[in-house]
Amino acid sequence: MSKSLLKINNIEVVYNHVILALRGVTLDVEEGKVVSLLGANGSGKTTTLKACSNLLHAERGAITKGTIEYQEKDIANHGAFNLVKDGVAQVLEGRHCFSHLTVEENIMTGSFIRENSKEAKQDLERVYDHFERIRIRRKSLAGFTSGGEQQMIAMGRALMSRPKLILLDEPSMGLAPQLVEEIFAIVKALNKEGVSFLIAEQNAMVALKYADDGYIIENGRVILKGKAQDLLDRPDVKEMYLGVGKEGKTSFRDIKYYHRRKPSFT
Amino acid sequence: MDWVYLIEVLVGGLLSGVMYSLVAIGFVLIYKSSGIFNFAQGTMLLFASLTFVKMTENGIGFWTALFIAAGIMVIFGVATERFVIRPLANQNLLALFMATVGLATFQEGFSQFIWDSDVHGLQMNKFLDIGLLDPNPIFMSDHIPWLDILIPQFDIFASLVAGLMIVVLAFFFQKTKTGLSLRAVSDDHMAAMAVGIPLQTVWAVVWAVTGIIALVSGLLWAERVSVSFTLIEAVMKALPVILIGGLTSIPGAIVGGLVIGVGEKLGEIYLADVFGGQGIELWFAYFMALMFLVVRPQGMFGEKLIERV
Amino acid sequence: MIYRETGHFVTNYLKDREIFPMTFDKVVALIGLLWLFLWVPTTSEYFLSAHVIPILAVGLATVGLNILTGLTGQLSLGTAGFMCVGAFGTYNLMLRLPDYLMSLPVALLMSGIFAGLVGVVFGLPAIRIKGFYLLVSTLAAQYFVWWFFNSYAWFLNYESSGVVAIAPKFYDYWGLGNFLGVDMQGYPARYLLALVVCIGLSYFAKNLLRSNTGRNFMSVRDRDIAASVMGISVPRAKLLAFFISCFYCGVAGGIYSFLYIGNVDLMIYEVDRSFTILFMLIIGGLGSISGSWLGAIFVYEFPIVFTWVGDFIFQGAFNTAVVENVSNMVYGVFIIALLIREPGGFAALWATTKQKLRMWPYPH
Repeated sequence: MSKSLLKINNIEVVYNHVILALRGVTLDVEEGKVVSLLGANGSGKTTTLKACSNLLHAERGAITKGTIEYQEKDIANHGAFNLVKDGVAQVLEGRHCFSHLTVEENIMTGSFIRENSKEAKQDLERVYDHFERIRIRRKSLAGFTSGGEQQMIAMGRALMSRPKLILLDEPSMGLAPQLVEEIFAIVKALNKEGVSFLIAEQNAMVALKYADDGYIIENGRVILKGKAQDLLDRPDVKEMYLGVGKEGKTSFRDIKYYHRRKPSFT
Repeated sequence: MDWVYLIEVLVGGLLSGVMYSLVAIGFVLIYKSSGIFNFAQGTMLLFASLTFVKMTENGIGFWTALFIAAGIMVIFGVATERFVIRPLANQNLLALFMATVGLATFQEGFSQFIWDSDVHGLQMNKFLDIGLLDPNPIFMSDHIPWLDILIPQFDIFASLVAGLMIVVLAFFFQKTKTGLSLRAVSDDHMAAMAVGIPLQTVWAVVWAVTGIIALVSGLLWAERVSVSFTLIEAVMKALPVILIGGLTSIPGAIVGGLVIGVGEKLGEIYLADVFGGQGIELWFAYFMALMFLVVRPQGMFGEKLIERV
Repeated sequence: MIYRETGHFVTNYLKDREIFPMTFDKVVALIGLLWLFLWVPTTSEYFLSAHVIPILAVGLATVGLNILTGLTGQLSLGTAGFMCVGAFGTYNLMLRLPDYLMSLPVALLMSGIFAGLVGVVFGLPAIRIKGFYLLVSTLAAQYFVWWFFNSYAWFLNYESSGVVAIAPKFYDYWGLGNFLGVDMQGYPARYLLALVVCIGLSYFAKNLLRSNTGRNFMSVRDRDIAASVMGISVPRAKLLAFFISCFYCGVAGGIYSFLYIGNVDLMIYEVDRSFTILFMLIIGGLGSISGSWLGAIFVYEFPIVFTWVGDFIFQGAFNTAVVENVSNMVYGVFIIALLIREPGGFAALWATTKQKLRMWPYPH
C-alpha cells in the first residue's frame, strides 16, 4: 500500500449552526491515485471537498468533529492560501471562472503563490498543451466562453500552482459526453505526471472508469468503498448508480438497503 | 459670448472635478478589489484629516503629523479588514454595503469622540515651506499669462497629486500580479480563495492604501471646505462621479470627476435660470450621471456586463 | 406542550398557503392584533406620540422599501424623497380640495398614488441600469424631489419659514369626530388611523409576497435574464415594484407628517432618512415583512434607549455630544456584529432560532 496523501477521519460538518451536512465521512487518497467520490445531489460530496480545501467558513459551515490530514499534517484550519501553497488545489463546482478576466489572465491567477514568474510562463505553456482548446481563445473574456472551455480554464488555473492533489468537483456538469471523456482523459494524463485526484461526481460510470478507488456517499455518510473496478462489478451499485440492473422490472422489495447500516470501517 | 469667461468656467469646473475624483479613487479601489461599495469613504476622509489637524494644532510638525496620520490610517485599514471584511467574505454585496455604512456610523462617532466635532481650519499655506510650492499663500489666484485667466495654484497642486495617484494605481492594477489577483477577487471571492489568492492579505493592503488616499484627499478637501462634518458629504458628491466613470475603473474616476465638475459649472451658469431656482447643483450631477448611464449602463470605462443564463 | 408542530398535517393546497398554519399561531396572532387596538387606554399620549406612531410610519416605509429592494432587488436610496412626495401631496390635497371631497385617509391614499407615479418616473432608468448603478437614479429622485419642494413655495402655501403647521380642521374626517364625540386630533385617534393603514398595507404586502406578482418580482431579483426567458416582462415587473414600493413610502410620509409631527417640514426628508430606512430593512432581513417591522422598531429605539440608559447610569455626567458620539459608535459596532453573526438580519436569526428549538436539546 502506497503512502496516504489525504486522510479524512470521520468528519462532521454543520452549516449555519443547524444544518448537519456530513455525519461521519472517512476517506483516504493515496499518493498518485485517482479517487472518485460518488453520490446523488445533496449527499455531501461538495461539502467534503470544501472541508478539505478550507472553504467551508465562507459558506457559514464548520467542521465540528473529526480531522483532515494532508501529508500527515492536520489541515482543518490551515487556511485556503496555505493549502494551495502546500499543493492542494480545488476546482469548484460550476467552474467559477473570473468572467471579467481574459482566459489567460484567469489561468495566471492560479500562479499567485509562485515566486518565479519565468516558471509560471512555462507552466502556462504546459496548461495550453493539455488544453489545446483554450489556447486559441486566450484573449477572449472568460465569461463568454463555453461550458467545456470554462471547465478547462478552471482546471488549468488549478494546475498553475503545481499541485500534488487536485480536488475536482463535478467536472462533468453540463458537458456533452464527448467532452466529459476528454476532460477525464486529461485527468488520467495528469495523473501519470504524478498528480493525485479526488473527484466528486454524479456520472458514476465515467468516474469509476477512470478512477483507482471509489467511495459512495449518501446522506452525509460514506456507505461503500472499494477499488473502482470492484464497485463497478457490484450488483447493487450497478442497480442504483449505473442504471444497468437486471433485466426487467425490479421489485423494490428486492433492493438491498445497504445504506441503512453504517459500515464497519468508520 | 465671452470666451475667456467660458474658458475660466471650464477650467474651474475641471479643477473642482479633480476634487471629486480624489474621493472617487478610494471608492473605486475598494470596489475593484473586493466588489464592496464602501460607504465609509467619507468618514475616513473626516477621520484622517481630523487626526492630522489635531496633531498640527498641538504643535507637531507637518511631516511628522502626516506620517503619524498615515500610520494611523494604515492601522485602521488593517483593523477594518480583520474585524469587518474578513468575517463577511463571500456574503451578499448588500450586507457588505450595509456593513460599511455601519463602519461609517462607528467612525463618525469615533473620530468626533476622540477628537472633537468643532470646525477646524486647515491652512496648508502654513506649511508651504515644504518646498512643493513657492511660499505664496496658495489661495492667492495666480495669473497664467498666455491664457489670460486665473487659476489658483492650489488647484494645480491638487490636480498633480490626483494625476500621480492615477498613474501609480493604474500601473498597479494592470501590470502587477497583485493587481491581477485583485481583479479576480472582485469577480468571485470563492474562486479566488480556491486558487490560493490570500484574500486577507490582499484586502488588508487595499484598505491600508485606501486609508492613505483618504488622508491625502481629505487634506486637499479640508483646505477648501475646512475640517468638519461636511467632509462626510464629499461621498455624496463622489457617487455620481464613480457611477459615470464605471465602478471598476480608476481612469473612469478621473474622467467622471472632470465631466461632473465641468457639467456642474456649466449647468449653474446656463440652466439655473431655466429652473428658476437656486441650488440645482444638489441634483444636477445625479441627473447627468443618470442620462449617461441610460446610454451606457456600465459607465464610461466600467467592465462590460456579462449576461448569460 | 401547547406549541408543537408534530401531528400538524396539511391536506390541501389552500391550507398549505396559510400565513399561520397552526391553531396556536392563529390564536396568538388574533389576540396580538386585538391587543394592538385595545391597549390604547392603558398607555400615555407621550408614549404613543414619541414612540409608537413614528415607528408605524417608518416601519411602513421599510415595508415599502422591502418590496423594491428585498423582493425585486432594486437598491434604492430615494425612500425619504418618496415619503416627502407623500407628505406634500397629502398636505396639498387637503389644502386645495374642498372639505367635503377630501378627508385625511383618502388624501393619504391618493398622495400614495402620486408618490407611486413619481417612483415610476424615477424607476424608468431601472430598465437599463442595474445593481449599484441604480443608486444614481434613486438618489437623483431624492435630491430632485427635495430641491423641487424647496424651490417652489406654492407647495408650502408660500409659508416663509419653510415649515407649515397642519390646521386642526384637517383632522375633521367629515365631522366623524364630532359625531363620535372623540378628539380626532388626539394621539389615540391618530394612532388608530395609522395602525389600520399599517395593518392593511402589511397584509397586502404579505399577500403580494406570496402571489404570482410577488414571485415575478423575486425571479427578477434572483436572475433577471432567466426571468425574462421564462416570459416574465422584466420592465413591467420593475416598474410595478417601483409603483407599489413608492406608494407605501408616500403613505408613510403622509403618516409621518400628519399623524406624528403635525407639520410639513422638508428637513426631515433628507437623504439620511433614506439610509436609516435602508438600515431598518437590512437589519430586519430582506424579503420579510415581519422582519421589516422588527428592524424599524430596533433602529428607531436604539439611540433613544441607549441615551436613556446612559443618562440613567451616568446621571448626565457627559454632555449630549459625547453621548451621541458613543451611541453612534456602539450602533455601528452592533450593526457590523449583527451582519457578521447573521447577514440575513432578524428574520434569518428568528428562523435559525426556531430551527434550533425544534432540534433541542440536540445540537443539530
